[in-house]
Amino acid sequence: MEIRIKIQRFDPERDEAPHWRQYQVGAQPMDRVLDVLHTVRWQHDGGLAFRRSCGHGICGSDAMEINGRNRLACKELVKSLRQPITVAPMRGFRVVKDLMVDMTAFFEKYRAVRPYLMTDDAPPEKERLQSPEQRERYDDTTKCILCGACTTACPSFWANGKFLGPAAIVQAHRFLMDSRDQGAEQRAGVLNDASGVWRCRTIFNCTDACPRGIQVTKAIGDVKKLLVARSASPDGPPARAQRAGGPPSA
Amino acid sequence: MSRYRGGIGQWSWILHRVTGVGVLVFLCLHILDTALVVLGPDHYNAVIQLYRHPVFRVMEIGLFASVLFHALNGLRITILDVWVGLMRFHKPLFQLEMILFAVAMVPVTWIMLRPLLR
Ligand code: FES
Repeated sequence: MEIRIKIQRFDPERDEAPHWRQYQVGAQPMDRVLDVLHTVRWQHDGGLAFRRSCGHGICGSDAMEINGRNRLACKELVKSLRQPITVAPMRGFRVVKDLMVDMTAFFEKYRAVRPYLMTDDAPPEKERLQSPEQRERYDDTTKCILCGACTTACPSFWANGKFLGPAAIVQAHRFLMDSRDQGAEQRAGVLNDASGVWRCRTIFNCTDACPRGIQVTKAIGDVKKLLVARSASPDGPPARAQRAGGPPSA
Repeated sequence: MSRYRGGIGQWSWILHRVTGVGVLVFLCLHILDTALVVLGPDHYNAVIQLYRHPVFRVMEIGLFASVLFHALNGLRITILDVWVGLMRFHKPLFQLEMILFAVAMVPVTWIMLRPLLR
């Protein structure tokens, strides 16, 4: 079958502003947008720049705006898309070239929430135990592949690039809700900041955009509630509020 | 710049902003026209007379609709923020909001337009 695809092109060394270019290429019925991008690059226009690695929705390299919504190019079947298919880089990031964006600030924010297990007590003899219920609390947010689709679908982020953004908050959620983690205190600073979770306006664009089906807006809501509970408790933040459910019986 | 095709959440958020700003602008105008009373009752009456004009009557319905939408949508978001688990149902909740909006708008529009139809 023939596919019409419109790609937003921008080469900072040559172009003043981004512009659209349309291509007509042959495709198989089961092709995904990523396959079509390959066809364009390999057969029509070798200068087209985009990122991809795994090609199977795992690495998170190829999030882009497809027909007006953030999607992974490797997960979108062309036959289910209206033509001409429009493909543009994610919003809110500087475009390096064509569909390739600069994600430096995105990963800085990721690091700012300290996305790793933090504990203050001495390591136990064996593993740190956890009940299935406790594991369940953060199961959803373990699925994040850091593609950036949620953050760049967020109007609050478009309006203010300083906003931490859904992706970083999802990563914070992953550890804040973990019964073994004790880093809530250290993470609260960036999250409770003016550029933190409170910039979220409960718009749900992030949830719609997530290629892993994470309930992103709900995760942000959980973090907001945790921060409120911390500041509401009279004798300082409950260091282990997230440990509800009691320790699992060994 | 093309438009991001967000869902119900994005459009209700934009409407929330537009109605919020709209109501604020009206409030400022209303404070100004009420303040005209310091210049004497004639000025005040002249301006208030304007509100009786059919065009203003219809605009008043728009004002009521804006306040109502802003209030209902604000309630929906507050409910979602407090009971995070309900976020899974944010779309049906918005539909419920729209039903409540319509149910309130029908009689109010009738009551506000009736004097014009006489
Ligand atoms: S190429 Fe790895 S997620 Fe699409």
